[in-house]
Amino acid sequence: MIAIVDYGVGNIFSLYSSFKFIGVDVCLTSDKQKIKDSEKIILPGVGAFKDAAQKLKETSLGDVVVNEAKGGKPLLGICLGMQMMFEKSYEYGEHDGLGLIEGSVVPIKDVIPNNLKIPHIGWNSLDFPKNKEKSKLFKYINEKDFVYFVHSFYAKDCEKNVIATSNYGADLTAAVEKDNIFATQFHPEKSGNVGLSILKAFSEI
Amino acid sequence: MITKRIIPCLDVKDGRVVKGVNFLGLSDVSSPVKLAKFYSENGADELVFYDITASFEKRALFTDILKEVASTIFIPLTVGGGINTIEDFDRVLKCGADKVSVNSGAIKNPDLISKAAQKYGNQCVVLSADVKRVDGKFMLFAKGGRENTGIDAIDWIEKGAKNGAGEIVVNSIDTDGVKGGFDIEMLKAVCDKVNVPVIASGGAGKIDDFVTLFNEIPDIDAGLAASIFHFGEVKISDLKNTLKNNNINVRI
Repeated sequence: MIAIVDYGVGNIFSLYSSFKFIGVDVCLTSDKQKIKDSEKIILPGVGAFKDAAQKLKETSLGDVVVNEAKGGKPLLGICLGMQMMFEKSYEYGEHDGLGLIEGSVVPIKDVIPNNLKIPHIGWNSLDFPKNKEKSKLFKYINEKDFVYFVHSFYAKDCEKNVIATSNYGADLTAAVEKDNIFATQFHPEKSGNVGLSILKAFSEI
Repeated sequence: MITKRIIPCLDVKDGRVVKGVNFLGLSDVSSPVKLAKFYSENGADELVFYDITASFEKRALFTDILKEVASTIFIPLTVGGGINTIEDFDRVLKCGADKVSVNSGAIKNPDLISKAAQKYGNQCVVLSADVKRVDGKFMLFAKGGRENTGIDAIDWIEKGAKNGAGEIVVNSIDTDGVKGGFDIEMLKAVCDKVNVPVIASGGAGKIDDFVTLFNEIPDIDAGLAASIFHFGEVKISDLKNTLKNNNINVRI
């Protein structure tokens, strides 16, 4: 059973439905015991970093996720859920993340040309780093496949864990992997068959 | 590279797609679920559903359909029609919508955009504006394009983006239904003023109209159309191949 952590942020209906669609056993839960008993964990998220971080802290669901991940359980963070994996975010102030992966979250406007629109919304292609083996997460997809992004902030100073980037005036971190921890900036649950293949690959890790 | 998006729009009334009566290869052309699946499999980048049901009871039918679509189709879904309050946002977001399009609701209640953006994020709020030329000026129209609000459309859109609309859909009433191409002049006027994605709507009659749109206005992010897709006059796969051959970035 994969547990999708329901901590009150974002549209998780599609994420839940996409696992159901590919025939993977999944539940939406805010029950700590259920998360501890699960085989894998998904941390979703849409919206503001500060609110989401606060909710994870107040409910202590953040601690459960961190402990389970440190114990070796596969974890996948999606969009804001990915940004939560890092040490810090500079989205309207400075906020602590879960600190599972080294790096910080900063505005994309600092690195992209002025004429590009923010947020980065739409379908963009994935580039895999040249010096690394393809991630297990991408075993069913190819470099240059398209996925759907919606974000105004991105993770930096995390090069050693980057498994994909996407170019939007600059190479933005699209996905990271550190041991049993995975995260995507894009939305696999909104990325058609490519996205479903990524979720399937995660379910098989 | 980010790609230009092609977005079919489905008007849903009493649980059925209206205008979709003559579609090749589909047995039940007015089923929103079947049509949505067909588009998704044939290259649509996103889908827009407009609920044009008038009565409250039928709203529940629309959200049931939305849930069914969101359970089987995994591309972004925008929902519009009858969005007047934050509760309306909540209602459709819980059923699987990713973005919510407001039109008349924002005219009646200008706070709606900023309130929704604060609660759900800018990326969730789409401002849809029906625009028509009156005495050489772009004016904002309400009630499905029947009533001139007396509001300058470009000012309205600029204000909407400033208040938190993360995307703008510009429907040109002047070119809508004419099938003579998108309203390049109007769309340029909007793109000059806002720095959020702009979606062109109204006027597409053939593949070349999309080529012209993206060539003439590099800032346009997406083209939206309904009947030309529903009637099979333009196939999305053909459209995207032609765009690609014209060096316009698309997802194929």
